[in-house]
Amino acid sequence: MARLRYERVDKRFSADAVAMDGVSLEIEDGEFMVFVGPSGSGKSTFLRVMAGLDAPTGGRIFIDDEDLTDAEPKDRDLAMVFQAYALYPHKTVRDNLEFGLRMRGMAADERRERVERIARTLDIGGLLDRKPAQLSGGQRQRVALGRALVREPRAFLLDEPLSNLDPALRLHARTELARLHRSLEATFLYVTHDQEEAMTLGDRVAVLRKGRIEQVASPMELYRRPATRFVGEFIGSPSMNLYRCRVVRERGVRLETAALRLQLDEAAPSGLEDEVWLGVRPHDVERVDAETSGEEGRARAGSEADAEGTVDLVEPRGSDLLVRVRLDAKSDRTQETDGDRLAIVLPPEPRVEEGERIAVRFPRSRLHYFDPNDETRMDQ
Amino acid sequence: MKKLHAWMAPVAVGLLLAAAAFPLYWTLKSSLVPEAELFRDPSFLPRQITLDHYRSLFEVRRFWIPIRNSLVVAGATTFFAVGVGSLCAYALARMRFRGKGVLLSFILAISMFPQISIVSPLYLVLRELGLINTYPGLILPYLTFATPLTVWLLVGFFRQLPPHLEEAARIDGAGRMRSFWEIILPLSVPGIATTAILTFLYAWNEFIFALSFTVGPERQTVPVAIALFRGRYQVPWGEILAGVVVATLPVALLVLFFQGRIVRGLTSGAVKG
Repeated sequence: MARLRYERVDKRFSADAVAMDGVSLEIEDGEFMVFVGPSGSGKSTFLRVMAGLDAPTGGRIFIDDEDLTDAEPKDRDLAMVFQAYALYPHKTVRDNLEFGLRMRGMAADERRERVERIARTLDIGGLLDRKPAQLSGGQRQRVALGRALVREPRAFLLDEPLSNLDPALRLHARTELARLHRSLEATFLYVTHDQEEAMTLGDRVAVLRKGRIEQVASPMELYRRPATRFVGEFIGSPSMNLYRCRVVRERGVRLETAALRLQLDEAAPSGLEDEVWLGVRPHDVERVDAETSGEEGRARAGSEADAEGTVDLVEPRGSDLLVRVRLDAKSDRTQETDGDRLAIVLPPEPRVEEGERIAVRFPRSRLHYFDPNDETRMDQ
Repeated sequence: MKKLHAWMAPVAVGLLLAAAAFPLYWTLKSSLVPEAELFRDPSFLPRQITLDHYRSLFEVRRFWIPIRNSLVVAGATTFFAVGVGSLCAYALARMRFRGKGVLLSFILAISMFPQISIVSPLYLVLRELGLINTYPGLILPYLTFATPLTVWLLVGFFRQLPPHLEEAARIDGAGRMRSFWEIILPLSVPGIATTAILTFLYAWNEFIFALSFTVGPERQTVPVAIALFRGRYQVPWGEILAGVVVATLPVALLVLFFQGRIVRGLTSGAVKG
């Protein structure tokens, strides 16, 4: 098994198509590393450069401290699972699985033995004499995985291997994959655009944007302490609410937008300047008027609330409700902006109706602040 | 646009078919009737059938010699053009390098080059090399035209194959040549067959080079042999037409048999995938 390392790797396809921009990253032996990012973030290129399919325009690639930047793919002893599986259509499943072993000069009976063992593991033993065209999507995915496994390579590169499966199968395959990783104790490099997949599978997750790593951390760390505004918005579902706020310093410190008024005082992060990005996750927002009734209660709720608004849309999600709120603008603006929108996740009871008035509070300890200029995290 | 009447399409197709098929039918019919009938009032159906022309074609004219020559020359041209062309095409389809577009247009330009303009220089070169009136003396010039054609056609085929397959093969431990041989070639059989047939047809029908670079009947190809049937005082129409039928039928059957593939082959790559 292997340790993989990118050292200041660049990959430019043209002047403005940059897939990797000065990437340095080390993946530990046995680690499950996930690259996640929106399309165009260069995530597949990360794998292709490691595999040797694309040559980097700068920097070095190391596998177990050996510089393999210029080595052919076949000399790297890595295995890759492609999104579209890339099974050889003219070969049977058995020949597909055997191909890599044959290329490496393994004797026929040993090949046979290995192929059958892997086929048993993946439950594709009955399919060995079929052609890929005769397989279902799930079966193809297993064969593609089997073709990688059978070689017992130094590390596995997986490029969105689950994205062509239907949702039910995808969840199942995801669990299988996690189990497989645990039993093999092999190094996995995994690319996905699905942040949930990334979070559930990865020991560490690297969030990519425009060829750079925005943050690499454990899934929980990514969720709790996103290093940039982009990570905050990308990780977690539904997305974090983000507001660009003015910083007002009179009687303490207060953040303001047209719709928000947030007294921070000692909870304010250090290094605040005139503006700041404020982030709060839909799960973290608290409703303050739910239990109150009558004039008095409503007034009390109003004084506790950081914002008030009208429920725009309720999306039931089974275990909870995703509620979209249009906040009341406190200034005289008439135009609606993104700054007026708030998503909240609420328990299914009590019921929330569209058009209902709602008052919310942002718990100060769960807020995220990002620098208005470089959008990096600011800490309290 | 005005709506087409239902009867228009079949009529149009019928006319087109008649225009295309009639000369072929007339050739076949004329090759089967006695010489004397050729010059009487024409009739659509033969009044009398004879195989005399075919008999004399093979017994007197020894027509199997040009057939053999054509098979050797066209076969060898196809073999080498497809062999070399497929490797070139693979490189052009897959590798990135500067000037690839220019190179591709250049290759196409070569196969479009008017042959007549290089007959004399080629003749001199072949004479120097002692290749006049030999098989290589025809195969080599044919290759200069056929190879660019095969390259051009095969680039289209190879580009259609998903690159992931070779990438998977390369990661699995196959080198470039190995993945070409094990993955690309087996998947390109339809494309290669089409290209081979088109190349074969080109070489089978070629006339100018074959006429210029052969001397006696020993190395003449079918088109040249037929053209030289005419004597000083008479034109043996019956034998000429019989020769045409013999030269055309196998090729026509070959094309009919593969026609689906050829059409697909010619249009594939035309639409960007």
